[in-house]
Amino acid sequence: MKITLKIWRQESAKAKGKLETYQLNEVEQDMSFLEMLDMLNEDLAVKGERSVEFDHDCREGICGQCSLVINGQAHGPESHYTTCQTHMRSFKDGDTIFIEPFRAKAFPVIRDLKVNRDSFDTIIQAGGYISAFTGNAPEANNIPIHHDISESAFDSAACIGCGACVATCKNSSAALFVSAKISHLAKLPQGKVERKERVEWMITAHDEEGFGSCTHTGACAMVCPQEVQLLDITRMNFEFNRALCIS
Amino acid sequence: MALNAKEPKGPLKDKWRLYNEHKNLVNPANRKKIDIIVVGAGLSGGGASASLAELGYNVKTFFFQDSARRSHSVAAQGGVNAAKNYQNDGDTIYKMFYDTIKGGDYRSREANVYRMAQLSVDLIDHMTAQGVPFGREYSGYLSNRSFGGVLVSRTFYARGQTGQQLLMATYQAMMKQVKKGTLTQYNRHEILDFVLIDGKARGVIVRDLVTGKIERHSAHAVVLGTGGFGKIYYLSTLAMNSNGSATWRAHKKGAFFANPSWTQIHPTALPQAGDQQSKLTLMSESLRNDGRIWVPLKKDDDRLPNDIPDEERDYYLERRYPAFGNLVPRDVASRAAKERMDAGHGIGKLKNAVYLDFRTAIGKLGVDTIKERYGNLFTMYKKITGIDAYKEPMKISPAAHFSMGGLWVDYELGTTIPGLYAVGEANFADHGANRLGANSLLQASVDGNFVLPNTISNYLADEIRTGPIPTDTKEFDEAEKAVKDQIDKLLSIKGKTPVDRIHRALGKIMFKEVAMARNEKGLIWAIEEIKKLRKQFWTDAAITGDADGMNSELEKAGRLADYLEIAELMAIDALSRNESCGAHFREEFVSDDGEAERNDEEFMYSAAWEWLGKPDWKLHKEHLEFHDIEVKTRSYK
Repeated sequence: MKITLKIWRQESAKAKGKLETYQLNEVEQDMSFLEMLDMLNEDLAVKGERSVEFDHDCREGICGQCSLVINGQAHGPESHYTTCQTHMRSFKDGDTIFIEPFRAKAFPVIRDLKVNRDSFDTIIQAGGYISAFTGNAPEANNIPIHHDISESAFDSAACIGCGACVATCKNSSAALFVSAKISHLAKLPQGKVERKERVEWMITAHDEEGFGSCTHTGACAMVCPQEVQLLDITRMNFEFNRALCIS
Repeated sequence: MALNAKEPKGPLKDKWRLYNEHKNLVNPANRKKIDIIVVGAGLSGGGASASLAELGYNVKTFFFQDSARRSHSVAAQGGVNAAKNYQNDGDTIYKMFYDTIKGGDYRSREANVYRMAQLSVDLIDHMTAQGVPFGREYSGYLSNRSFGGVLVSRTFYARGQTGQQLLMATYQAMMKQVKKGTLTQYNRHEILDFVLIDGKARGVIVRDLVTGKIERHSAHAVVLGTGGFGKIYYLSTLAMNSNGSATWRAHKKGAFFANPSWTQIHPTALPQAGDQQSKLTLMSESLRNDGRIWVPLKKDDDRLPNDIPDEERDYYLERRYPAFGNLVPRDVASRAAKERMDAGHGIGKLKNAVYLDFRTAIGKLGVDTIKERYGNLFTMYKKITGIDAYKEPMKISPAAHFSMGGLWVDYELGTTIPGLYAVGEANFADHGANRLGANSLLQASVDGNFVLPNTISNYLADEIRTGPIPTDTKEFDEAEKAVKDQIDKLLSIKGKTPVDRIHRALGKIMFKEVAMARNEKGLIWAIEEIKKLRKQFWTDAAITGDADGMNSELEKAGRLADYLEIAELMAIDALSRNESCGAHFREEFVSDDGEAERNDEEFMYSAAWEWLGKPDWKLHKEHLEFHDIEVKTRSYK
């Protein structure tokens, strides 16, 4: 396959970026999208040019480090895939592909396609945990949890923190990310003790980090690689209102 | 220097209790005067960071990822073992200890393994309290599945994302401490060297991967939880940035490296499909609970798998190992696959795979049950290959996976450098010559949360009067200069061969001769090829960009420079061990029926290698003694 790439190049957070054009002539359908970028970087190395910086690590869809907006869609053309799971069989010979970083005020560009997602850590620091110290724990089977509740908590806990929800949202809201953690912990009996403080602190942190408000368009859930449900945002709102009522 | 494993005296089952009763402690008021550097933020490093910070020490944690939540523990799928005996199937701590020692082919230290089995029970309680949504029965009680190499069900799981869920709990515990101010995290930072003062580990030199700035950090002790180096094979189940550099640079500063050649080749990964491939995605071992592995009886059979009738299939694991069947340990399963592929029965375009078939299980249990157990794995398989495994068998192949070898550590998890500790996959303990499935999450978590925070106080008790360690000393100057010199040297090569291309060439050598089957001739050949490749790297590597900013090519080059040395030691280690044990299968040393044959008379030891420079090494032996288990031939037949 012959592929034309239009890739966002930007030296640093403060520098101005622009799209550069590259040509690859020997792309194969079985390659993953990132292997195609590896190929480009090998070409650039041979030519003595600086490589294209992009985030990636596990390349199996679970670490959440890969990002990229491909032809205007976070994580590329297939819904609920990560960029690293996207393969070139989703494109055809002669295609031009636009590759840009995740864009949001709270995700400043570091270089080229890499962005800073420290704001997600800050939100978790605000309350996205259960305060059980090492050594505190009771016998695990002392707290029976209904199979369906545990499974439902898992559905929320599956969030990989990639930020595709933010990159997709027209308001750059991280509501889906925040609500996934709030729902995961609020659904479990162990997490209920701190639910009031958790929702208040995490939502405050979300707003302070510069993420926008949720207007419930549902675009985030359409791209989420782990298919975190839009319903989690409703659960978060419930938790928030509950916290208001009991304070 | 003689190796001292510092095993506490007393009966095996009481050693850990006796150790804790007699060790030195640091008073809570003194802990805040003590700095600890932790490198790595996965289950071992992250667990240690969170637990040490909870105790009140000043913890600084360094990792190259953008967030601790991305550490490669996240990718572990199948589960975590614990001797809870919830299934009433006769499990005990001793039984788990026995399975682990046997699984490791009697090449691990009894006291460490027993402690891991003991603490497994607490770990499940701890992780449940942290909110890990483990799989449960409809009664609400915790559920278990079975893994390779055991006859009980002791594996706890969170669908096929157990590692992710344990890591989230650990990451969240870390974040809580960051907020409290007891833990400072340095993301996108890479360790490039260690600073020793009066022989003790006192600090690190790191590169800020965003700005390129070289920084100095000091501490009273340093803990490495940096994982394994299986990425040396280039194609592996590891993350792209997983590397052996932190442990290797510690080794070059005096930490002995043990059993480096013992690499687990995982039997169920996705096969290589092309030359540009960068990764062999793992398909969890748990799939072998319900999947059956087979190849066509006829050589070069080109029929579609569903067109091949049952009587023309060779379910070779069930045939060779009737007692354990598809659930034999990983080394056995990988070698059996290699044997069939070498005999011409491999399937797929490159004849480099075998089938993993769910037809029988789907017929018996229904699609819905299989979906609940492994749904995410089937989805992952479809995303990568485009194939629906509910309708046709998966194609799987052996791939480099886990490093049983690592830094040599004593019972306290201390390396041969005082004040330098290694936890999780970065050390060599517990797994012997082969790791059992679901023992990796366990070892990493237990080391980080329960063992290290308890043993490190025995060392730190003598540090309460030391005061802050200054970084403006000649030891820091020298270490920083060495790091900067190496970066300059790498950037001045300006050759024509991309770093990844050299790494792929190294991977080919290693997978051919230092992987599933080794022999003297091949190993000698590999050592020469590695040396040639190292020379090519230092004269012809194309490393572009500069040092003053983000530069992935420079990061990769630094890691590859280390791999090119680790590779040589791996081959030397494999060559020095004239026996077959666990994952180390020497073709010269096999029984009449083709199984691995140990030589306990001569090789009942862990090989701990001392760096002599250049590169050159000296072998030290830690002789292993087994008092609580009968040493037998490992059989799964």
